[in-house]
Amino acid sequence: MAKRWAQKHIYLFFLLPGLLIYVLFMVYPLTSAIGYSLYSWDGMVKGVFQGLENFKVVLTQNPYNIRFWSAFRHNWIFFGITFLLQSTLGLFFATLFTREKKGYNLLQAAYFAPYTLSMVVVGFLWLLLLNPTWGPFNKGLRLIGLGHHAKSWLGQTGTALYSIVFVNAWRWLGFPILVFKAGLQGISDEYYEAAKVDGANAWQAFIRVTLPLVLPNIGMVTILTFIWIFNTFDLVFIMQGSSGNPYYSTDLLGTFFYRTAFGDSTTGGEPGQTGIASAIAVLMFLIISFVSYFGIRSLRKSEVEY
Amino acid sequence: MRLTKKTFVVSMMVLALTLLLVSSGMAENVKLTFWSWRTEDVEAYEQFISEFNQIHPHIEIEFIPYRNTEYNTILATSLQGGAGPDIIHLRTYGGMEPLAQAGYLVPLDDKIEALQDFRSDVLLGATLREDGRVYGVPVVEQTVLVLYNKAIFRDLGVEEPQTWDELVAIAAKAKAAGYIPFANGSKEGWTLETFFGAVAPTFYGGGSFFDEITSGQVDFTDSRFRSAIEKMLELRPYLPDDYVGVGYTDMQMMFAQEMAAMFLAGSYEFGTFAQMNPDLEIGVFIVPNLEANQDKYFSMYVDASYGMNANTKHPEEVLEFLKWTATKEFGTLYANTLQVLSVVPGIEISDPLLQKIVSLLGDHATSYLMLTAFRYGTPSGSTLLQNELQGVFGDTITLDQAIENIQTGLESWYEPFNK
Repeated sequence: MAKRWAQKHIYLFFLLPGLLIYVLFMVYPLTSAIGYSLYSWDGMVKGVFQGLENFKVVLTQNPYNIRFWSAFRHNWIFFGITFLLQSTLGLFFATLFTREKKGYNLLQAAYFAPYTLSMVVVGFLWLLLLNPTWGPFNKGLRLIGLGHHAKSWLGQTGTALYSIVFVNAWRWLGFPILVFKAGLQGISDEYYEAAKVDGANAWQAFIRVTLPLVLPNIGMVTILTFIWIFNTFDLVFIMQGSSGNPYYSTDLLGTFFYRTAFGDSTTGGEPGQTGIASAIAVLMFLIISFVSYFGIRSLRKSEVEY
Repeated sequence: MRLTKKTFVVSMMVLALTLLLVSSGMAENVKLTFWSWRTEDVEAYEQFISEFNQIHPHIEIEFIPYRNTEYNTILATSLQGGAGPDIIHLRTYGGMEPLAQAGYLVPLDDKIEALQDFRSDVLLGATLREDGRVYGVPVVEQTVLVLYNKAIFRDLGVEEPQTWDELVAIAAKAKAAGYIPFANGSKEGWTLETFFGAVAPTFYGGGSFFDEITSGQVDFTDSRFRSAIEKMLELRPYLPDDYVGVGYTDMQMMFAQEMAAMFLAGSYEFGTFAQMNPDLEIGVFIVPNLEANQDKYFSMYVDASYGMNANTKHPEEVLEFLKWTATKEFGTLYANTLQVLSVVPGIEISDPLLQKIVSLLGDHATSYLMLTAFRYGTPSGSTLLQNELQGVFGDTITLDQAIENIQTGLESWYEPFNK
């Protein structure tokens, strides 16, 4: 009897290594961050348990609350514009690339290429391109007679965040194109033939046939984009430093967390606030889990079958 | 057992051999690791270490520099994990304190006698405020003032200014002649703190304001602080075009390539400029006050110290090295190799520029405000000053808002403001 039980449940034993890695690298850091956020900290020394005090500080006490909500807003702007770009431009190019014309494969590879570059490289490259004094971007604008639009893109509070979003989209767009194209190719020609018989024009076919069937792909990419953008840190750190220069205009939850946890890197060092930083990390986790959960749920509902 | 002569000799030989083995085992090469953020000084440190090895050949030291902006994080996480290097290149003031507080460092004031001869404002950079003990051997002090291009000044036919109006007139003259008057931008907030460190002390009144504000007698809404920033803003017309997008490397290039006449910057730039353009003739002066006979000040701070990891397996060897870094030999070598101001007392500096700064230190130096006094918490005075100034220089916020934000930000953790 015992032997049979062992035989039947031997698979549990094989799960152990994976479970161990999962616990060590996922469950433990996550729970310890939650734990940290409930204590007061003196530099790196753990103090007393103080409940939700750190959360209260982040959400209500000046200057933390101002920085938190401004970073939160920037994350939504970042996500919103990226979402718009990928679901319009991305879908447009994906649709285009499903038509097998000469040169489209090459184009598709070209659109995907930036995605393979490291974020550090992309950030550095665009820092050079957008340099107001000797960068080619402004020089190009002057060359084509748009010199009055040449400006310090990364140095002005009004344009810096949008420039960063643009640079990110430049790198990212290849990925949604790839996923959308795969989705589009999975749609059987029969549906289009049926639509044609019913007298639908190209636009109607796109709205009634293509869009509903590719919606799961769009939804999936949107959720991934959301998770990724609400965790993002590197591009802003590389291009605008850990306090989201200029004047916090590119500050994201990621950079706010980093700065609070480890001190502002450009000041050459100051003590971080482990408790408050952990509270920010937990809030980030909650925001991402909440939105992703409802995103995935509504995604399931929106799936259609013909 | 009777002890025969033979057995005695044999046992003595065995004992001698054992002792020999043990002692040679002790003198066996010990390998120490030494972490730093000075990626640009690798060659210099190799030279220092080889000099050290002339005296202590058995202590091998591996110098491992990390990227400046990532060093603190890497160091802190390693120490938290019980690892890290044997010898630590330490930041100063608030950048050092949490490491000492957490017990990662060994107090050195009772172990290295030479520290007693160091200036007290210098030791402050490596002191833990709550126990008053020194946890690092201070290495270098930096100053922030006006660097100018002597050739351009000759070309313009001007001398070092004695009053604020003369300074502004020189800037205007430089601009008319096609030069960039000041190679300062505001894309990277920290360069605005440097700007502040060069211009503001003369107008907020140096040490007396420093003492009043750090003790909480006055706060940042004080009119002296405001008028100091107003003076900075008077220089806006003389910054590069599109200065909001001008970053640090752009600034260095403008000054090194002799496009700019002046640069509000630190004495730590000299080495870089000597490499970028050996023909560049640099002079320095302090930002003058309204009248030539009024006091003028520039900022000073201790930039680094060397500390010992409390977890090191070779404390004695680390101490040997740290003791050596507190000697005049090392101080002189350090200052003349890197062209910086070593803090070891009584050293001889050969560079005329540094000599000039040393001569100004006594009467005109004042502690770099935010860095030395307001970096003990988050958001630090530096973070606040840098970003708020960026807001003002980029016309995003008014000076009033900036001052209010700096004050509110510091009140959130700086005790003397909450009395």
